[in-house]
Amino acid sequence: MIVSDLAPAEIACTLRRGQLMIEIGPFVYRMRSSLPALAERIGSQYADFPLRPAEEFADFHVRVDPPNLLRRWVHANVAFELDGVVPFKPLPRAHAFALLESGLNWCVAQHAHTFLVIHAAVVEKNGCAMLMPAPPGSGKSTLCAGLVNRGWRLLSDELALIAPADGLVAPCPRPVSLKNESIDVMRRFATDATILHTADDTIKGTVAHMKPPADSVQRAAQRVPPAWIMFPRYASGEPSTLRPFGKGRALMSLATNSFNYNITGASGFHTLCAVVERCECLEFVYGDLADALRVFDRLASGTLEPDDILAAS
Amino acid sequence: MRQSLHPLLPLLRGERAVFAAMSAAQWDLCVRQARASGLLARLLVRLRADGLLEQVPERPRQHLDAAQVLAHRHMEQIRWEIGRVHEALLNAGIPAVLLKGAAYLMADLAAAQGRVFSDIDILVPRGALADSERALRLRGWMGLDADPYDQRYYRQWMHELPPLRHVLRLTVIDVHHTILPPTARLKPDPRKLLDDALPLHGYEDMYLPCPADMVLHSATHLFHEGQFGHGLRDLVDLDDLTRHFAAQDTAFWPGLLERARQMDLCGPLFYGLRYAQRFLDTPVPAGLSEALRDAGPGRIMLPLMDALFDRGLAPHHRSCDDLASPVARWMLYVRAHYLRMPMRLLLPHLARKAWKRRFASEQEA
Repeated sequence: MIVSDLAPAEIACTLRRGQLMIEIGPFVYRMRSSLPALAERIGSQYADFPLRPAEEFADFHVRVDPPNLLRRWVHANVAFELDGVVPFKPLPRAHAFALLESGLNWCVAQHAHTFLVIHAAVVEKNGCAMLMPAPPGSGKSTLCAGLVNRGWRLLSDELALIAPADGLVAPCPRPVSLKNESIDVMRRFATDATILHTADDTIKGTVAHMKPPADSVQRAAQRVPPAWIMFPRYASGEPSTLRPFGKGRALMSLATNSFNYNITGASGFHTLCAVVERCECLEFVYGDLADALRVFDRLASGTLEPDDILAAS
Repeated sequence: MRQSLHPLLPLLRGERAVFAAMSAAQWDLCVRQARASGLLARLLVRLRADGLLEQVPERPRQHLDAAQVLAHRHMEQIRWEIGRVHEALLNAGIPAVLLKGAAYLMADLAAAQGRVFSDIDILVPRGALADSERALRLRGWMGLDADPYDQRYYRQWMHELPPLRHVLRLTVIDVHHTILPPTARLKPDPRKLLDDALPLHGYEDMYLPCPADMVLHSATHLFHEGQFGHGLRDLVDLDDLTRHFAAQDTAFWPGLLERARQMDLCGPLFYGLRYAQRFLDTPVPAGLSEALRDAGPGRIMLPLMDALFDRGLAPHHRSCDDLASPVARWMLYVRAHYLRMPMRLLLPHLARKAWKRRFASEQEA
């Protein structure tokens, strides 16, 4: 059974009772909220996700609701809660979905130490995964959203989960968050994608979320080996350029972008070394999304000529 | 007892029948209760010792394993930090006794396995307090709390310095000069603890409390604490410690009673063993409980104290709370302060705290 098998009223009711159990990659989230608008957005963005029976084990019990009775009406605020723990300050009610999304990320980053968790987008083609660790503003999410609308599989736009035992990436596909200009870019680029405007005036500006492709959600149990580590950077007007990226630097960059590298100790270090060892590490500057995607497709199909990759800068 | 409705305690006690009958929903509750109590990794260690770990279903097992990863990291980190504290104090010529988790870890006790460490507790001779603070400050451990009232409160009335936090690594050290605040009703003599401490192998002039003192300090700390966020964890400490020492030394229990009398700590020991037994089935010789009975509350008060501690020591998770839980926690908070200071100091202090809290929350809003 998947979320869209439920009528909107059923989703709202299950959510209000705190019995909405959604399976997202390796995790089962149990969600609770009294906000009808949030139920509607969950119903739209998570339509293709599997539902679990309420009496099963849930990894994370999350709730988005007004922090107290007063805040239901006066300065209507909502807070994210993980089983009694409130990690962030409450936000305006209109930001409820964006707050839920950051909360779901936080759950994984704080607790999933059986994986090495890296802040990176992950996409897959032909059984090979590409990790894109990059700071906000680098165009990582735009690139990720573009790729998954052109036949790449979405594993995650925020969290690369690497299993230490085999070095495979565990998919954790969720809505892709888009910010500011990239929202309109994506609306024009992928006219059939479901893009929901989810928050204005956040510290990151305007935020929207793009529904993950149904195929990516259905294949969320298929883990894949990483083959590329890509460091993208958007630069307006620049031609697409690929350059090799030193493996040492790639390792250090993954380590600093990891949420639990410092916790996983020697195991995290060995996992990271194995990943960098087996991956081609590249730096990518792009100014045009469509052109960038052509380069990625040639990379994935192995038809890239050696001189397509420039000398290291 | 009401806690028996919940799965965490029976699993900590190693009850196989409960384990075998666990449903997915009970595992769900168990993991949440264990996480709220900081006992996830501890539960893993106990299940492994009972030979049950391999039978834990996949999903809850992931959470136990993840907690174990974090616990290993804590142990490594605390061990390393103790080395740095040792360097700082040895240079200044100050002997130090490790207390609580730090001591269990360096003594390689089961109580350290899977334990969540919040800070490093050490005891130094009162006369060396100022030098210790200076030596630690030189290595980067600075006062955590800038509030002048709190600073004065600690230095004037407490048994420890205000917590010191390392500016880069954020580890926190509590430097004690005695076991209880000087204003407390019980007057254990810290010199006895220092005199009987055992040298820590490989760390010159650093010591561990003798086994009886480890148990007494653990119980004293727990039953003079106003907040019980780590209450159940500390009770599991007591359970691990007493089981281990009693198995090693047949004279442990009589020695413990004797030491409790010398240290004026029969009361905390009574409570510690009573609730360790109640929650975790800790084996305690009947004669010892009998001998400690007079140090506990009277026959009328005892059921009340049970009602309070059953709530205060239960996992701080909403599944374990009832209507009386908030009141019970508040009464235990007041009780702890009452044990630590006389009324003429306590009332102004609590009033000040309440005022500050209210003021702070208004500022936030």
